[in-house]
Amino acid sequence: MIIKQLSVFLENKSGRLHEVFDVLGASNINVSACSVADTSEFGILRMIVSEPDKAREILKEKLFSVNVSEVISFATPNAPGSLSKTLQILSNAQISIEYLYGFSIGEKSFIALRCDNAEKAVMEFQRHQMELISASELYKF
Amino acid sequence: MRREIEKRLKIKAIDIYGLSEIIGPGVSFECEHQCGLHINEDHFIPEIIDPDTLEVLPEGELGELVFTTVTKEGLPIIRYRTRDLTRLNFETCACGRTLVRMNKCTGRSDDMLIIRGVNLFPSQIESVLLEMDETTPHYLLVVDRVNNLDTLQLQVEVEDRFYQDKISELQALRMKIQHQIESATGLSVTVKLVEPKTIERSEGKAKRVIDNRKMI
Repeated sequence: MIIKQLSVFLENKSGRLHEVFDVLGASNINVSACSVADTSEFGILRMIVSEPDKAREILKEKLFSVNVSEVISFATPNAPGSLSKTLQILSNAQISIEYLYGFSIGEKSFIALRCDNAEKAVMEFQRHQMELISASELYKF
Repeated sequence: MRREIEKRLKIKAIDIYGLSEIIGPGVSFECEHQCGLHINEDHFIPEIIDPDTLEVLPEGELGELVFTTVTKEGLPIIRYRTRDLTRLNFETCACGRTLVRMNKCTGRSDDMLIIRGVNLFPSQIESVLLEMDETTPHYLLVVDRVNNLDTLQLQVEVEDRFYQDKISELQALRMKIQHQIESATGLSVTVKLVEPKTIERSEGKAKRVIDNRKMI
């Protein structure tokens, strides 16, 4: 499903990442998934949190620059070749991937993915009976 | 830097001072003893003033260098303020010349920076930032010297909506700011995007420049 993701612009300064999680933890917001993209000067923390709108407001109050964007969350079997099959669906539909992050545990792999056409990607996934993960499932903790 | 040039080129490097408002290079020059620049007093009368009170300072004091031209006919200037800070030495030089010597300039009496020989006022940077929709006028210039060359870094906050999720767009924004500044000032600059509200706000005159260069 299409779910909300928070992106936080961070300078490369020690302790800055910790401050984000500190603020969220103190407000009882759970982080379900996260990834940091780094460049030489700054990083972007992307994360899926239990209450994205509230989390955004809280971080803004603390002067973090926060952006909400949409990603697709889905699961694939934790087996060789399964991600390749998934990405094949997108490339056949001419959808470009901007980035993705995820990991596997037990029988499943969980992926958050950003592409240039989220609606179309979801339709393609549904057509191929892929397992999409809803926001309510993800935000639970 | 001078020592490095002398060593690598096996030459003696001589410092020459001048400003285009007077005649360009040649207002003063060092002799073989390299101990201050002899001012061509038969053409230019130097004075050192206090940049705030404009009073002439006693011999040997550090202050702003002022020139009056004696022989220029086309564009004579009287007590022209160079904004360069230095001191004058009236003793006879080891070379025998009695012309007054000025020290190498230690700085400026205004906020002008000289970067790789190019004059830069922080206000030039500010007007570029004010013109762009993406940037705020909250910035800091960091000047340094790496391998004998001046480097200029601009740290700037951008408008909130431009802190994007996409790195490619942030990099493109960096390049855009860099390009605008380069075309406005003729200086290459490294732009660093910083988080909102992290550039120090100050009441009164803001601190816009950190100069880490060690002047010899």
